[in-house]
Amino acid sequence: MTVHETHSTRIDSDTGKLGMWIFLFTELFLFGGLFLVYAVFRAKYSEDFHTAALELNTFIGTLNTVFLLVSSMTVAMSITAVQKNQKKLAMFLLIVTLILAALFMINKYFEWSHKFEFQLFPGSEVLKNLPRGELLFFGLYYMMTGLHAVHVLIGMILLTINFFKIKSGYVNQDHYLHLENSGLYWHLVDLIWIFLFPLLYLIT
Amino acid sequence: MSNSETGTHVSYLDHQGKYKGLLSWLLTTDHKKIGLLYLYSITVFFFVAAILGVLMRIELIAPGQTIMDAQTYNGVFTIHGIIMIFVIVIPALPAIFGNFFLPILIGAKDVAFPKLNLFSFYLFFIGAIFGVLSQFIGGGAPDTGWTFYVPYSAESSTNVIYALVAAFILGFSSILTGLNFIVTIHRMRAPGMGWFRMPLFPWSLYATAWIQVLATPIVGITLLMVIAERVLKIGFFDPALGGDPVLFQHLFWIYSHPAVYIMILPGMGIVTEIFPTFSQKPVFGYTAILISSLAIAFVGYFVWGHHMFTAGISYGSRWFFSFLTFIVAVPSAIKVFNWVSTMYGGSIDLKPPLLYAISFIFLFMIGGFTGLTLGAVAANVQVHDTAFVVAHFHYIIFGGMGFAFFAGIHYWYPKMFGRMYSNRWANIAWAVVFFGFNLLYFPLFVIGIQGMPRRYFDYLPQFQTGHVLSTIGAFVLFTGLVMMVYNLVYHIKRGAIAPANPWKGVTLEWQIPSPPSHENFDEIPVITTDPYVFGKSTENKPS
Ligand code: HEM
Ligand SMILES: [Cu+2]
Repeated sequence: MTVHETHSTRIDSDTGKLGMWIFLFTELFLFGGLFLVYAVFRAKYSEDFHTAALELNTFIGTLNTVFLLVSSMTVAMSITAVQKNQKKLAMFLLIVTLILAALFMINKYFEWSHKFEFQLFPGSEVLKNLPRGELLFFGLYYMMTGLHAVHVLIGMILLTINFFKIKSGYVNQDHYLHLENSGLYWHLVDLIWIFLFPLLYLIT
Repeated sequence: MSNSETGTHVSYLDHQGKYKGLLSWLLTTDHKKIGLLYLYSITVFFFVAAILGVLMRIELIAPGQTIMDAQTYNGVFTIHGIIMIFVIVIPALPAIFGNFFLPILIGAKDVAFPKLNLFSFYLFFIGAIFGVLSQFIGGGAPDTGWTFYVPYSAESSTNVIYALVAAFILGFSSILTGLNFIVTIHRMRAPGMGWFRMPLFPWSLYATAWIQVLATPIVGITLLMVIAERVLKIGFFDPALGGDPVLFQHLFWIYSHPAVYIMILPGMGIVTEIFPTFSQKPVFGYTAILISSLAIAFVGYFVWGHHMFTAGISYGSRWFFSFLTFIVAVPSAIKVFNWVSTMYGGSIDLKPPLLYAISFIFLFMIGGFTGLTLGAVAANVQVHDTAFVVAHFHYIIFGGMGFAFFAGIHYWYPKMFGRMYSNRWANIAWAVVFFGFNLLYFPLFVIGIQGMPRRYFDYLPQFQTGHVLSTIGAFVLFTGLVMMVYNLVYHIKRGAIAPANPWKGVTLEWQIPSPPSHENFDEIPVITTDPYVFGKSTENKPS
């Protein structure tokens, strides 16, 4: 058991990954609570959910889905690059990932501000006068995409840190747990979006 | 304090790390020191909350207003509840004894993620401070009760957001501790320690950790939704906006009922270590105890509905939850049977840890049986939200988890500090605590059945006898607690030097010096026997 010898310096990679997986489970359960609420209200107000979902811009949604899917791929590729000791390439791929993530956020920004123009934000008069189910739909929409966006931001911070860690050589061919775990986190962000997208945008 | 029996041995307390003085504590990644950080902060918060409890009891000594008005009373019971539940009973046993002893009991030098461990502590501390602050600043102490039931918690003008944020942060800390323990148990057991050679306290922590990791996020998101409800008027739980308040109760109790087992399982684990040692007999039914721990953790997820019998859930789900609630009692009963059987025919040494452990069984059984009363739909409708409930959960949580804690601290104190406390004072304090406890809470069963509602600062004259007895009990209990803590604190520096194994225990912690060294083991032990083999306790000797 070599774990013990290394405990105070570097965590061995299986241990680190196990920890990350469990953490990702808790994240899933966090969103799971919202999915549960979504399911309850969708069953109760299926008509209203239908109408409200029509308000969302499927095009922007699809575009964002593509951004995230591709970024998931580039992260995975950058891990491979580190494993193959291609430092420059790995850094480049991380930059691409970050750009895609930024595009996602910019899109989100326009999407939200567009709705704000129509007074479709929580607590607004317009929203209060809508049928109850539509109001709840928008509440869920903001809550779910908002929480997801926070996760995107955290993911971006993690990847940026990794960029510098590759640069300084701390993350390298023999030791890439940090990058791997951040990559896992990024896949989770992607995965959750893949659930959110159909639930909010597609099922109308 | 220096305690070098072996000459070269340096206690973890004297270990010279990277930092000196206070920083060596605040920046430590030693699981033992982190355990002590938790111990000290939790003790302080416990006394804050206990004083609030005594203040409530003073208010209730006579009908009408005595020392505080109704609104203050609401704030006091809310903060009392929040501190006791989220700051003390949920984290205490894993964070203090789990941190200190889990690595030692499985023969490891530390937890899997030492830095994360320190981070959890800071989250805990920040969360706790938030909770206490909410009492004093801004719009007034939150008055929703620790359960934050909507719609009131979405509307009350008090500092509810502080309290919600506090609970959220504390939950996050609890998740990270659980995660750390799961990975530690999976990856860092000493060579030879298969799963079924692991002592039972780590097993109980393992079951607990899974609940922490899987149930806490649900309450986390629920609390976030209430915050969103207050700030953004979203309306998930507000009937006026189409939402559903009972939905909140479901989400809340899906977490909070399993959380009850976060509170009690590690306590059961602790007494399971104590009974074999003080009977000098292997624990009776090792596998049964272990499986019942896992069963409790599992079934605990499916009984939350018993908190909602009167909240308008369907007839079918009521009897179903009632049934499941009865099922949950079975593994607990198995454990009680095993503990008693462990003592049977053993050479019993009635030292303070065992005294507390036996009182644990006694109080836990009273709490458990009254829990069944509450689990039965018909009886529940009678006593729902009465003093009976207050008595029940204090018996379970305080009588259970609290007494297990007292048992644990008396058991492991010599190992943690390398000193002995006074046995005589510990016994006297135990008697006072035990007597005060029963005097405080038993009358509440009686007046509860008679119809005394909970969370009321005023009551009808016919309940006064019960309340007076109960308030006297609160003073006796509080005095006992002060005596107990004084005995322990006083002897940290002045007690007699403790031997490595004062109670003739056989698990790994007793085979290293008291207090342990920074890395616990000079050389990782190789495990060759089951955990509770008495008579040949030297076999697992490290190096
Ligand atoms: C000195 C010890 C204690 C005293 C004197 C005390 C007293 C009280 C009193 C008078 C109430 C209010 C009951 C009501 O009006 O409904 C209460 C509520 C409560 N107590 Fe304690 N208690 C003590 C220790 C504890 C401990 C160790 C716990 C740990 C679990 C605890 C948890 C609670 C909770 C959760 C509530 C419910 C608050 C609410 O209704 O929102 N108490 N306690
Ligand atoms: Cu329950």
